[in-house]
Amino acid sequence: MMLTRIWRHKAAPAGLAVGALALALTACSSSGDAGGGAGGDVKLTIATVNNPQMQDMEELKSHFEEDNPGITVEFVTMEEGDLRAAVTADVASGAGQYDIVTVGAYEVPQWGAQDWLLDLTESLEGDAAYDVDDILPPLRDALSVDGKQYAVPFYGESSILMYNKAMFAEAGIEISNNPTWQEVAEYAAVLDTDEHAGICLRGKPGWGDLFAPLTTVVQTFGGNWYDENWDAQVNSPEFVEGVEFYVDLLTEHGQADPVSYSFTECLNLLSSGKVAMWYDASVAASILEDPEASEVAGQMGYTHAPVYKTEESGWLWSWNLAIPKTTKNPEAATTFVKWATSKEYHQLVGEELGWTRVPPGARTSTYSIPEYQEAAAAFAPITLEVMESVNPEQPGVDPQPWVGIQYVPIPEFQDVGNQVAQLVADAIAGRTTVQDALDRGQDIAQTAGDLQK
Amino acid sequence: MRIFRESLITTLTWLIVLLLFFPVAWMVITALKSENDAAAIPPRFDAALTLDQFRAVIDTGIGDYLTSSFIASVGSTLLVLALSIPVAYGLSIRPIVKIRDVLFFFISTRFLPAAASILPIFIILKTLGLLDNINVMLLLYTAMNLPIAVWMMRSFFNEVPEEIVEAARLDGANLRTELIRVVLPIVLPGVAAVALICFIFAWNEYFLANILTTVDARTVPPFLASFVSGRGQFLAILSAASTLAVLPVVLAGWLAQKQLVRGLAMGAVK
Amino acid sequence: MTSNPETTSPRGPAVDTSTAPKPRGIGNGARSRRDAQPVAAGAAAKQTARLARGLVLPGMTFTILLTQIPFVVTIVFSFLRWNQLRPDEIRFTGWDNYAVVFTRPEFLSSLGATVIITGSAVLLSLVFGLFLAVLLDRKFRGRGLARTLAITPFLVMPAAAALVWKWLMLDSNVGMVNWSLGLLGIDPVQWNTNFPLVTIVAVLVWQYTPFMMLILMAGLQSQGGDVLEAAAVDGAGPARIFWSLTLPHLRPYAEIATLLGSIMLLQVFDPIAIMTKGTGGTKTLSYLLYERAFIGLDIGQAAAFGVIAVIVTIGVAMIALRSTFSIFVEGKVR
Repeated sequence: MMLTRIWRHKAAPAGLAVGALALALTACSSSGDAGGGAGGDVKLTIATVNNPQMQDMEELKSHFEEDNPGITVEFVTMEEGDLRAAVTADVASGAGQYDIVTVGAYEVPQWGAQDWLLDLTESLEGDAAYDVDDILPPLRDALSVDGKQYAVPFYGESSILMYNKAMFAEAGIEISNNPTWQEVAEYAAVLDTDEHAGICLRGKPGWGDLFAPLTTVVQTFGGNWYDENWDAQVNSPEFVEGVEFYVDLLTEHGQADPVSYSFTECLNLLSSGKVAMWYDASVAASILEDPEASEVAGQMGYTHAPVYKTEESGWLWSWNLAIPKTTKNPEAATTFVKWATSKEYHQLVGEELGWTRVPPGARTSTYSIPEYQEAAAAFAPITLEVMESVNPEQPGVDPQPWVGIQYVPIPEFQDVGNQVAQLVADAIAGRTTVQDALDRGQDIAQTAGDLQK
Repeated sequence: MRIFRESLITTLTWLIVLLLFFPVAWMVITALKSENDAAAIPPRFDAALTLDQFRAVIDTGIGDYLTSSFIASVGSTLLVLALSIPVAYGLSIRPIVKIRDVLFFFISTRFLPAAASILPIFIILKTLGLLDNINVMLLLYTAMNLPIAVWMMRSFFNEVPEEIVEAARLDGANLRTELIRVVLPIVLPGVAAVALICFIFAWNEYFLANILTTVDARTVPPFLASFVSGRGQFLAILSAASTLAVLPVVLAGWLAQKQLVRGLAMGAVK
Repeated sequence: MTSNPETTSPRGPAVDTSTAPKPRGIGNGARSRRDAQPVAAGAAAKQTARLARGLVLPGMTFTILLTQIPFVVTIVFSFLRWNQLRPDEIRFTGWDNYAVVFTRPEFLSSLGATVIITGSAVLLSLVFGLFLAVLLDRKFRGRGLARTLAITPFLVMPAAAALVWKWLMLDSNVGMVNWSLGLLGIDPVQWNTNFPLVTIVAVLVWQYTPFMMLILMAGLQSQGGDVLEAAAVDGAGPARIFWSLTLPHLRPYAEIATLLGSIMLLQVFDPIAIMTKGTGGTKTLSYLLYERAFIGLDIGQAAAFGVIAVIVTIGVAMIALRSTFSIFVEGKVR
């Protein structure tokens, strides 16, 4: 109501007869809002990304509401880019429109350090039934700052190589569990036929699109974004070699129209059997193995991320639930976050929606559920194996001054990653060379690196 | 020979029209297929049609978003008319000094890309506690459409024959009667055209809505993008959601197209 | 959303035709007589002027409140160092943000992209729109239906249009365009990778051709049939009639269509965000600003880019408007 007054003060002297009409409307609707919170009933608003696991969560929210009378949960589902823009603006400005936000592993440590997120350590550790130690340790580390945990992983993933066994058999190729990139390139050349492409790789410009897999390639080729002194290494010989390898593989034996392709596009191509291999997020496996969504269910094989100079090259990523400090319902929000990441929730998803749809890569115990082991036999063991073997402290050949694979947790990184990705996309399309693109990228990255010194 | 040429031109016309319309038609057809049929290539023209996708979209609660969209676009359209008719008439009954500047001012308000002003707007609204408020969206869309409305409306008023206004004035009509009883009826097709165009732009606005609304005031466009799903196999449901999202504007446009042409023909221009 | 401080016409107020009693209606100024009447010169004229001002005021106030306040705030922000993720470090930074705008290459290339995309989309849809308007102005069977179908692309939500084009039309896997080309024996085209600019312009032309067509069709319908008949009787061929009568008659319609089309296309964002992500010369000012604000997270820099974008746009728009559009051309206020 007060707001209405503020507005009216501004508007009235101006003689806005019509404006007053709209203001009256504003007054009506805001009075409706004010009534909601006071009555003991709590409405939680959660911002989330339109990934399948989150859509499942929305589908199952009625179970939570039944168990917790007085709490209702409202989902705002957005496309990933929209989510980042909307949630960052909200949380950074303290607007407090969301009680729970879905944030990536990239944001959590930064936002936690800013003191924007509720410290969940106590309420998680104090709850024996929740069993916080069951959460995969590398994820927990990535979501904690100075021993305080600011978010809970909803699902986690690494990157793996997925391949169509039938096509490999037809070509007479045997693939090991730890292939090298050089081997993968050879296979791609053989498997690139009129019917199917050799490999699907992301080419869509974006730090979270193209550069998610590309950064891991660069790292196993010995390159990295920054050295230990935060000096940019984007046009170092190793970085250039890694990107050139990726671009060549993609343009020679990859899918058509590569700049359009990211996770979803590759998934569609794979599941209709039009490509032999795919290097991407391990969560893809659960969808490829779903006979309702995929024509290649049961035909797929999975290996560790291909390597060159390192032992492992998979990334580590999680989508997490966190609670902005601005929420008016911290308790209810915590209850929901714990529910959605609990062992019981995983049981619920398995029983209600099917065992392959259990959010992967978050809890160790998930991998010992018999039904899950059976339903996800094709991809569960390798997902856990890879997630436990990657090293976020030093994924590449040389040490790095941050923790994280596939991203650099500084505010400027998404901008740097995005701009360099656009330059590399130009190289993929042949409008520039990789060397030129990365020379320009070096300057962009250095400016950001200087801020860290 | 002449008849042959005529029918050739007619065929060509139809060919072009169907080509233009094809993406929309294909969207509707895809919306009526199952996901597997929708993703089939070569395309299945004999696929069994189903309303499942539409049901699924409605189940996701698109209704609330449609309601918000309606409030914001219909409301802002009415407000635009209420504000732009006086402005345009004022500019046409007597060219006040610097009419050119007034017009240019209105047009120039559309030059600042929304992306530059959206964070300032966000912070102002946050300070006032007016985020996620459908009436705020209504006011913003009004500001967005007002320049175009003023521009078009002014040219319509210029078309009204002086004699008619003169006669009304001799009969002792005051300004309001003159405007409402005499002038407006003449320019009504123009008003309809302006209203339709404002409605279209407000309904279709995506960028502001995504950042400034969350639950209560969320409109259809930002909701639409969330149908591209990481589960794959979303072409049919995306098409169904798109079809529902564009339906109100397309229907309004189809029904009002005569007014649109007549309105624009009123010399939107001179 | 900006004020426009320097739009007073260059020739100075003394010659400002808008104040002079001049023909003001179309053609010979149907409404000019009111001003010309000697009686109107006195108190009555003043009263009309006051009335006119009173009518303009509410809309003007509304627009100033809703557009100029955010713009002023944008100007203030442009002098701040303010990264969304470094809220503790907000401080006055002088012209630093503007220095970034002018020293980095993004701004100019983005301005170029905006001009190319807006310019070619407006021009092409105008040409196609004219062609279509002429075709649909003929009498033929099912003309009403044909018109109805033809205007539809303009009605489709840009976000939906971009999604439909990306996934149903241009997708390299299931898209109808490459499939149709295949039927004609043409190799599949990698639209987004090799021709991002063409892709964006094509979608925009698809959306705006019907809009241009509508306005031009309105122009065609307002053309007196008797004039055309007279010309035909005089022995002028259809081509000649079209060039020397119809086209000049359509000029003001084409002007308004160009003006409105340019204003709307200058802000184009959805197809770029959904389809090309700004690669291959498609990073328009709108998309660049979005990147600065929401990926760079730099409020100050985004504001500075915005302010410069507005100044440049107004400059360009003023030159274009003054030289092209009869309304802004000197002496032709109406």
